[in-house]
Amino acid sequence: MSVVVENLIRCAPGSERILLSDVSLSVESGAFVALVGPSGAGKTTLLRAIAGLDKYDSGTVSLNGETLASIQERAGKVGFVFQSYALFPHMTVARNISFGLDVLSKAQRPSASEISARVQELLDLMQIPDLGKAYPSRLSGGQRQRVALARALATRPDVLLLDEPFGALDPIVRRAIRTWLRALHDQLGLTTILVTHDQEEALEVADRIVVMQHGRIVQNASPAQLDEAPETAFVMEFLGEAVSFKGVIQADTGLFIPDEAGVLPFATSCPAGPAEAMIRPFEIFPENAATGGKIALVRHGRRNGFLHYSAQLPERSVPVFFPVHTKHQSISDSCQGLNIAEARLFRNGQRIV
Amino acid sequence: MTRFFLWCATWGLIGLVLLMPPAVILAEALSHGIMPALKTLQDPDGIAAIELTLEVTVVAVVLNTIFGILAAWLLTRFRFPGRGLLLVLVELPLSISPVVSGLVWLLLFGAQGWWGSALDRMGIQIAFAVPGIILATLFVTLPYVVRTLIPLMEQQGRDAEEAATLAGAGFWQILFRVTLPGARVALFSGVLMTTARAMGEFGAVSVVSGHIPGLTETMPLHIESLYNGYQTVAAFTMAALLAFMSMTVVFLRSLPDFMNRTREDPS
Repeated sequence: MSVVVENLIRCAPGSERILLSDVSLSVESGAFVALVGPSGAGKTTLLRAIAGLDKYDSGTVSLNGETLASIQERAGKVGFVFQSYALFPHMTVARNISFGLDVLSKAQRPSASEISARVQELLDLMQIPDLGKAYPSRLSGGQRQRVALARALATRPDVLLLDEPFGALDPIVRRAIRTWLRALHDQLGLTTILVTHDQEEALEVADRIVVMQHGRIVQNASPAQLDEAPETAFVMEFLGEAVSFKGVIQADTGLFIPDEAGVLPFATSCPAGPAEAMIRPFEIFPENAATGGKIALVRHGRRNGFLHYSAQLPERSVPVFFPVHTKHQSISDSCQGLNIAEARLFRNGQRIV
Repeated sequence: MTRFFLWCATWGLIGLVLLMPPAVILAEALSHGIMPALKTLQDPDGIAAIELTLEVTVVAVVLNTIFGILAAWLLTRFRFPGRGLLLVLVELPLSISPVVSGLVWLLLFGAQGWWGSALDRMGIQIAFAVPGIILATLFVTLPYVVRTLIPLMEQQGRDAEEAATLAGAGFWQILFRVTLPGARVALFSGVLMTTARAMGEFGAVSVVSGHIPGLTETMPLHIESLYNGYQTVAAFTMAALLAFMSMTVVFLRSLPDFMNRTREDPS
């Protein structure tokens, strides 16, 4: 089921502060979309608006081409998982999961045996088959997460909305549950929108990443596009550690000339003028590495599969990473200059092409 | 050593201040044996006092529970102008002297009061009658359900209710299946506190009741009348009964804790 958001505007109640500023977003059926951005960017506000939990001042939200006004129209069609799980503490896991079925009117409600079969089916799907009789207070964070998911899926919604669902989990459980969630999405043919502040998580699990800032969508792209061509300097920085070099693109030579000594110019087809080159530390390549070079390379150990070095430029030091399989001996303790030809170029925060 | 000393001091104080008075009441009531004590309870005025106390308590508890739930829901789920003032006002009966709360009703509904003569012409008697007693008790016991519910409902937040809405539940389904059961321990506690206070209220009721034996005397008022009339055994028997009723309520309050402990216990 496709989700289309058009020109959504929302101000904070009782003030002029804008929470969502003319947001439009189209999510096609079967897609897995992650909303990312710093806190206060409006990701959760957008998700709650899609769910109908919050009112918005103008704009429309439609599912499968059908515009939805009230939250009642969304009931059963949209599954929502809260950051706090929001399980009902006084009900067993089974009753929690069947809640959406239990509250149906007599005419629509499945029989008791059908409901309990559905609950068991969901418990099996969540890989917690024996927890039906337990109370939420007894469960671990990961288990609660699965119960919340099962409850959201009980009415067979086509759209699943997840608000920071992994926030409270420890890293190992987090990794396991997000891979599993992706598999579940594919298996059930859901359309999923996930809010997270963890860009790595988003890149790993989603087909499309929607980066938000100040209540706007800054970029909506696939993880690969986002990495290759970040729209703004903010997106570039948000997606991972980045080093920036100020400089000028020369009209006659078509070269980007960095202001700092020790950084090598590179050719570009971008229009001339002042620019900022941004690059990931593992994309920087020290040229003519040899002992006795101008720029010293200081080793800082290894992390996440990279050997961490810092290159001592005259004014500052910048991080330079090498994959661990690079032989130590081949990295010398100094170089003649830093090659940053892989950098993306920005002007006034916007990428130039 | 310190812990032992604290233990002794705590129990000593509890024994002296809390346990001794009921023990003395019981001893005085039974000073002539159990039969004379039981006999005093057959007095028609005494029976009327017990009945009136139960009637007032039931009405006060039911009305204040309904009001308390609505007020707590309103105060925790919505932000509106005057909310802070309302929070303070709800607590007012706790800080106002019960005598003053009783006098207010007399000023409004008494023969010389604002609406007294109008009500009198319509043949409605509030002051020095059961409705006045109920009003005074309602006022005094108003804060308990609200004040016990608010912190818990505040902590629960809206998430569970929102989850229920998205699952398709309507307003009443959410109230009766999610909100109230989620806060049931606090609700139970608040209801019992209201009950205990309603049964034992003396000051406010004393002002509005007019002390008419058999008609407008609740148990605490009847105890006073008996005691002032030198009917010591009858007074202390009635007092023992009232103390027993209140203590039952207090012990009931700790029941949910106890039940939770047994349910959480893995064995």
